[in-house]
Amino acid sequence: MLEPGPRRAEDRPPGGARRPAGALEAEVLGILRDADGPLNPGEVRERIAGGPHSELSYSTVVTIVSRLYDKGLLARQRAGRGFTYTPVDEATLAASRMNQALGSGTNRDTVLSRFVSGLSDRDAWLLRRLLADDPDASPGGRDREEDGRPAGRP
Amino acid sequence: MWALYLPLLIPALALVAARPLADRLEPRLATWLLTSAIVALAACSTAALALLAAFAAARMPVLAALGGYSQSTMKRFDPIPASTGAVAGLALAGAALAVMLIFRKRARALAVSYRRAAGLGGHDSIVVVPGPDIDAYALPGRPGRIVVSGCLLDRLDQGHQAALIAHERAHLTGRHHLFASVAHLAAAAHPLLLPAAQAVDYTLERWADERAAAVTGNRRLVAETIGQVALLSPPRRAWTPGAILAAAGPLGRHVSVAWAGPVPRRVAALLTAPPRRRTLLVAACAAIVLLAGVSALEAARDLHTLVELAQAGS
Repeated sequence: MLEPGPRRAEDRPPGGARRPAGALEAEVLGILRDADGPLNPGEVRERIAGGPHSELSYSTVVTIVSRLYDKGLLARQRAGRGFTYTPVDEATLAASRMNQALGSGTNRDTVLSRFVSGLSDRDAWLLRRLLADDPDASPGGRDREEDGRPAGRP
Repeated sequence: MWALYLPLLIPALALVAARPLADRLEPRLATWLLTSAIVALAACSTAALALLAAFAAARMPVLAALGGYSQSTMKRFDPIPASTGAVAGLALAGAALAVMLIFRKRARALAVSYRRAAGLGGHDSIVVVPGPDIDAYALPGRPGRIVVSGCLLDRLDQGHQAALIAHERAHLTGRHHLFASVAHLAAAAHPLLLPAAQAVDYTLERWADERAAAVTGNRRLVAETIGQVALLSPPRRAWTPGAILAAAGPLGRHVSVAWAGPVPRRVAALLTAPPRRRTLLVAACAAIVLLAGVSALEAARDLHTLVELAQAGS
């Protein structure tokens, strides 16, 4: 299970001064974003070796990815005795920020008017029957694929 | 003392009648009727509890002295024993506590909603949220927002998107969250009123559905949209009467939509003609609520008469 890291308030660098660590983190993040799949710290270090910060030690890389994970910018999963890391995409970041602000389930449903709440199996069966049985189906109605996507769309 | 107990028992009728009313009446009318009825019945039931407590308390020597009436005369004619009054007093305290807790919960949730709506920035009422969830809801605030997940929008064509947005917009312009809050707040005063408040939640969805159908000009389109979004959303385990009957095999399959959850009922309502005027039902409702009110007033008058009698006897 992928888990994005927790966000902490004290992650902001003090004042406006750019610390070297910021540039390192940005590079590590860039490497992970460009990669095809999850990377472990060793693999990240290999890819840094060709770039401007070639002399990084393994433990430094581990520290950097751990910090990025704590900031919630990376997700990690177990691989053997260590971890591999993937970048958390912008979309999921935005969504999780929204969800955190709105609070837990019961609090949300108190004032939100959700379009649809979840269906029981029985209701799903009934729904399919209701929509299939109707005699004057709209022209596009029968052309829909199983999952509701209009046929012909990529 | 029927006048005292009737307002406490009439909410049982609300329990039985709420869902049939929600299914048969036009949604806007149903919402107004149910919400007003809940508020009125809650007020009458609370008044009845207060009067029961007052009747029993009237036996106390302290009040007899204050009111200038004979305690012995009062005790002779007072129909409410002290024990009943004590129970009524406890129930009253319980109802007050429940209302306060619900008020606090709703006020907090509303504050969070307003804060989040303002924090989303910009003047657009429609906010598209990226991410894997299938979600769409209206967020009351200044300005109100319609939040839809991008994932869901991608799965709907333009017509269905329009229906979805029209439904959520109807919730915002109609200030539906206020109806829901008032209904649940009042229903906290009497346990039997809760199903009626849940019926209001349903009629608010139906109201928005009918508004969306009016805006798009196509009832079937809105029905399809509801169906599509529902079938895309994650399932939920529910033990509705329909679900239990369905487990009974072939016999269960003929159970009508009336026993189903809110989503199939909404779709079924949109696939049939709009509900027609039911003046008789509305009149019957109003009569029953009036009866509760009259009872409470009658009970108050009885107390007044009793005190006067005791004053004359002193």
